[in-house]
Amino acid sequence: MRAGQKLGLILLLTPLLLWLSLLIIIPHIDLFLLSLRERVGVRQYETGLANYRTILTEPLYMVTFARTAMMSVLATILTLLIAFPVSYYIAKLVRGRARSVLFLMCLVPFWVSELVRTFGWMILLRESGVISGLLQWTGLAAGPVEMLYNDAAMMVGLVYTSMLFMVVPLVTTLDSLDDAVIEAGYDLGGSGPSILREIVIPHAMPGIVSGSIVVFMLSLGNYLTPTMLGGKDSLWFTQMIYSQFIVRFNWELGAAFGFMLLILSSLIVWAVLRLTGQTLEKTMG
Amino acid sequence: MTTPLPDLDCDALTKRFGASTAVDHVSFSVRAGSFFSILGPSGCGKTTIMRMIAGFLEPSSGDIRIKGRSVLDVPPNKRPVNMVFQHLALFPMMNIADNIGYGLRRKGMTKPAIARKVDEALERIGLPGIGARRVDELSGGQKQRVAIARCMVLEPDVLLLDEPLGALDLKLREHMKVELKALQTAFDTTFVYITHDQSEALVMSDTIAVMNAGRFEQMGTARDLYYRPQTAFVAGFVGDANRWQGRVARAEGEALEIKTDTGLMLRAASPGRKLTVGDRAEVFVRPEAIRLAEDAAELAHFDTRISGHVATILFNGAASRVIVTDPSGADIGVTLPQSGEFAHLTRGAPIHVGWSGDQGNAFVMTRP
Ligand SMILES: Nc1ncnc2c1ncn2[C@@H]1O[C@H](COP(=O)(O)OP(=O)(O)O)[C@@H](O)[C@H]1O
Ligand SMILES: [Mg+2]
Repeated sequence: MRAGQKLGLILLLTPLLLWLSLLIIIPHIDLFLLSLRERVGVRQYETGLANYRTILTEPLYMVTFARTAMMSVLATILTLLIAFPVSYYIAKLVRGRARSVLFLMCLVPFWVSELVRTFGWMILLRESGVISGLLQWTGLAAGPVEMLYNDAAMMVGLVYTSMLFMVVPLVTTLDSLDDAVIEAGYDLGGSGPSILREIVIPHAMPGIVSGSIVVFMLSLGNYLTPTMLGGKDSLWFTQMIYSQFIVRFNWELGAAFGFMLLILSSLIVWAVLRLTGQTLEKTMG
Repeated sequence: MTTPLPDLDCDALTKRFGASTAVDHVSFSVRAGSFFSILGPSGCGKTTIMRMIAGFLEPSSGDIRIKGRSVLDVPPNKRPVNMVFQHLALFPMMNIADNIGYGLRRKGMTKPAIARKVDEALERIGLPGIGARRVDELSGGQKQRVAIARCMVLEPDVLLLDEPLGALDLKLREHMKVELKALQTAFDTTFVYITHDQSEALVMSDTIAVMNAGRFEQMGTARDLYYRPQTAFVAGFVGDANRWQGRVARAEGEALEIKTDTGLMLRAASPGRKLTVGDRAEVFVRPEAIRLAEDAAELAHFDTRISGHVATILFNGAASRVIVTDPSGADIGVTLPQSGEFAHLTRGAPIHVGWSGDQGNAFVMTRP
């Protein structure tokens, strides 16, 4: 019996372990080793930190790196600010069928591929697009308006893509808050904002943190949206990784970029968890 | 000396949800410092009344006055009433001291003053020094007391309690009944308590209103309700009672003779109610009003006597019962005297029961 259980456990864990090791651990080890190779001549390599030194000393890389981080944080905050009222409405204010319909409406955009979704925004925002046409038709704008290829358009795309990943954990945690607890807050003299601050937000904290982590990671690692909606100077860090690997064939530097991104995201997630007093088990469990 | 204003006054309070009426023209007033209970089966509209008083529901019609002032246009966070919720609704994200201090903080009291009041409240509920604990570290009874303290620090005119003992186990519930009454005396506040458990209401209350299907059936002291029920519902709901249905065969003023559907002839009384020959009637007799005897002659002075045999003996200490089956096959519950003279009673033994007619309470049956 004991041995049987053990065998069962091993069998159950095998696919997971395989998946983890083949798709995550091994490539990352490989990436790490790759990033430590310095090219000294044709097909001649040495082990060293030259790639990382290059990143730290080249301003364009560092600026892009910092910009990507800042923009991802901004996208996360915007997504949270938009998703919180939406989630509160879904979890607390509507009942029954209307609720499932609303929830489904958050899901619907994900039935089409990200490419199509982003293209949808291009149709809306471009110079000859729907919004531009509407503005001209109503007389609010004299000529065609270009709304694509800037940071704002990119931010719209990022927030839109991330909404669901914020709404789901928020609805789940807000749902678990007993209505009577909110009523008790009012009963004891609380006002709307104070209840939000002292009761609703502390209760929703695990959902806020886990949603934010997911959205932040997704934004940081997004390639398509910044490429399609962003402008000439809204360079995203993933685009640099892409260009090192695919355009320049400089796999060593690309790998170092990849590793920097991993370290950055881990650091920020760790800092957010520390700052909000949450643990990974509490937010993800 | 003029009589002080009642703390709480509800006037023809009505609440309709769509086509159904949850609370139907309920009027009552609660004397300052008293313990008022609303007792009724679940779904009769008790919580709806509470939520209207607390301000979470708007009455369809009627008025609510607290210390003589209508509070209908006062929002819940400004009403001088506080509520202990059915599942307590303590704030799980705060420790005990912050829970109790919440209302004081909202009032804008200074930190040291809040700390002092919280300590005082914890002292009062017999849980000093637990302020730093988390809500889920407390037992059910402790949470209960904290929920009450959280309201009491605000010194409300009226404290509303919505079945606060419902979630506790039986033993603790018995204990908390006494405790709640003691807390009410200690805080000297008006309590409005709702429950579906008659023993809670009977033990603690100064006045009880029995509620059924959105209306008050009767309002009075525990004794009034128990000994002088005015409706068949109250007679059946408050305390245990044997119940027979039949038709009035003879009526002499308030004394009646009723032929039951099972063929028995019962004497009964209908104080304050008029029943006439031929009326469909329902008779209630309390188990403790019935005498047991092994010799029929001992019961000669009773005007209602039935012979049967012992169906079961339900031993439960002082509340032990004998179930007697009458010739028609119906069961009669009789309280087992504690004198020990029936200690040898066995199942199937022949037995006689009797009671005097004025112990039988007869009501006209509204539905045939
Ligand atoms: N918000 C509501 N909407 C519709 N019907 C309700 C609502 N709240 C309560 N009711 C109905 O009103 C009646 C009384 O409910 P309630 O006051 O909760 O009863 P109790 O507390 O006595 O068990 C029930 O039939 C219930 O279904
Ligand atoms: Mg209820």
